[in-house]
Amino acid sequence: MRRLLGRELRLAWRHASDTAAALLFFVIAATLFPFALGPDARTLSAIAPGVVWVCALLAALLPLDRLFGADFEDGTLDLLLLSGLSAGGVVSMKTLAHWLTTGLPLLLIAAPLAVMLRMPAEAVPMLLLTLLPGTMLLSLLGTMAGAITLGARRSAVLMPLITLPLMIPVLIFGCAAVTSTHPQAPLLMLAAMLVLALPLAPLAGGAALRAAAE
Amino acid sequence: MFRGERLVFRDVGFAVPAGGALLLRGPNGAGKSSLLRAVAGLTPLAAGRLLWNGEDALDDLPTHAKRISWLGHLDAVKLALCVGEHVAEAAALAAMGLESFRDLPAKLLSAGQKRRLALARVIASKAPLWLLDEPTNGLDTRSIAMLGAVFAGHLQAGGMIIASTHTPLDLPEARTLNL
Repeated sequence: MRRLLGRELRLAWRHASDTAAALLFFVIAATLFPFALGPDARTLSAIAPGVVWVCALLAALLPLDRLFGADFEDGTLDLLLLSGLSAGGVVSMKTLAHWLTTGLPLLLIAAPLAVMLRMPAEAVPMLLLTLLPGTMLLSLLGTMAGAITLGARRSAVLMPLITLPLMIPVLIFGCAAVTSTHPQAPLLMLAAMLVLALPLAPLAGGAALRAAAE
Repeated sequence: MFRGERLVFRDVGFAVPAGGALLLRGPNGAGKSSLLRAVAGLTPLAAGRLLWNGEDALDDLPTHAKRISWLGHLDAVKLALCVGEHVAEAAALAAMGLESFRDLPAKLLSAGQKRRLALARVIASKAPLWLLDEPTNGLDTRSIAMLGAVFAGHLQAGGMIIASTHTPLDLPEARTLNL
């Protein structure tokens, strides 16, 4: 399993431009808002948590299409399924690789972006705290959707249509935790959703992967 | 066995002893690759059983996968990785004549060399059962001769080979299953 993960990370490193594309998309999309709405600090700080969350969501979708697509096309998927890991294990490994190469960098770059959007500095740690389970959930659900849409003719279009509705509750509680004066309840909801998705998403993804490999 | 809605084949039976080889023959579309996928556990059988030492092999797919080394019709070579990152074992690379390409990126390999790299991965796997889908595709005569020596060594060590092919393979002891 560790060997597979190492290989994934090495491939992500070799294709660094793909990995960087998601980050740059995140930065540019979030930067568009001050241009559109004007530099007024009050407006910007009010929308900052939502903008950062939505842009992170969209940016994390970008690499999902190739996550299994490349392996499907060159025959590596069969080898992954025959590696001795369960199909769910393969999906978990891909999820972890996606989070390490996309979720975690997005999380790190979210702090300076939030400050740029005039978010009060004391609210930034809470934003990052909500994005931590948020990006993990996105990796889990996104990888699952990637496995489900594998082999579909317009998988790049289908994938956001599956992932984004599932992410709506996460978005609601994530943004609520940042803006609310009592962030504990939405944070616990996020944690609960993470605990729910952690076993279920790889399981569903694994079943989809087996079906795609047939 | 079905692929999609289509019945590919039915009433197929065979046994491969330790040290034995089986060649799958038949026209295009006869189901050679499908049979290999079924033996690997990648595609489920509509009816029938696959036994390993008398026990149902497809009950526990991860365990079954460890017995198998798979060579599909695609080479599963990642162009961004170099040869040594695909197959670390020097002996396996040498068996396919790739030892001097160890640090070369896979994108510089020719089609035949990629096939040899995929075969080297099979050799390095140490699994007892090799499932090979058209292993000689794109190989030159020299490589096919090397492959014959590799096959003989694997069978001598008690391994098994099931290969689909339409070209003559250097497997003198092999039984043939016509689909």
